[in-house]
Amino acid sequence: MVSEHSDAQDGETTALALKILVAGGFGVGKTTLVGAVSEIRPLRTEELLSEAGQLVDDTGGVDQKVTTTVAMDFGRITIRSGLSLYLFGTPGQDRFWFLWDELSQGALGAVVLADTRRLEDCFPAVDYFEHRHIPFVVAVNCFTGARTYGAHDVSRALDLDQGTPVVLCDARDRDSGKEVLIRLVEYAGRMHTARLLDSVG
Amino acid sequence: MRPKGGQVDMTEDMGALHEQGSQWYDGEAGPLVRPYAMTGGRTRSGPTGVRFDLIALVTLDAGAPGVDDDTALGPEHRALIELCRTETQSVAELGAGADLPVGVVRVLLGDLLELGCVTVSRPVPPAQLPDERILREVIEGLRAL
Repeated sequence: MVSEHSDAQDGETTALALKILVAGGFGVGKTTLVGAVSEIRPLRTEELLSEAGQLVDDTGGVDQKVTTTVAMDFGRITIRSGLSLYLFGTPGQDRFWFLWDELSQGALGAVVLADTRRLEDCFPAVDYFEHRHIPFVVAVNCFTGARTYGAHDVSRALDLDQGTPVVLCDARDRDSGKEVLIRLVEYAGRMHTARLLDSVG
Repeated sequence: MRPKGGQVDMTEDMGALHEQGSQWYDGEAGPLVRPYAMTGGRTRSGPTGVRFDLIALVTLDAGAPGVDDDTALGPEHRALIELCRTETQSVAELGAGADLPVGVVRVLLGDLLELGCVTVSRPVPPAQLPDERILREVIEGLRAL
């Protein structure tokens, strides 16, 4: 087995994968963002609902209840050999919340995509990450035709905790998507450092 | 209320898959083989019941006995081995590559792990975010894309 920790040497030799979630309302551009920055065409993975929901026990029979699957799109960015970033679009529907718990396990952070024409669609995602202290940035996908708001307006409208970055972006644009991810990783780093200092002090 | 229009997430793939040639079954009929039939009905992997994360990385041990033994393993096991042959794969990628639900991949991987065909890395634990050096590397890597 590969060791869990990553000291100076481990980092070079052990393959390390990091996970970033892309959340937000239905149709806000999650898969578009994943596709714009991913080096692979977004892939689709399926989770069996009954498995994720723990309704199936492992008594050995093929369970009759296994019928529904929920799909998640994901992409990958290889930073270097042995260090890669995986981006997972979270299922847009409320009834798949339990999947978020699994997805957010060990996640570096999250991007909450927002559309200013229906900002309320991203409330659940904002709540979710705030409550679990998972670092996130709000990326406002600037759809053509939508009135543009400043980052401050959006931050106020969402009642974000102080410091939570808001970035205006175009989910279709690779550079724009990269910028969103950079802001998130920077922010996650700051949050992590702050937490370390807290635990020491 | 948030819109509940996410049906495309559910069966779109299956539908598209079977559109051509109009077979006697379609996506709505569900999978022809029930997913867990491929695992002999098991929904959890191995006696230890390890639950592999979606981004746990799977590396093939090409030298392990069994890897090239066509008789010992089922076709789905073999499919996973073949996918790992070219490069290390995450659990999620294996699911997409083999067109198998992640739950099934987890069980099959448990078998391969027990047979010593693969090693599976654990992702960084939640409380242990990677150190600053790695985050800096990620940021620089993203800039350079």
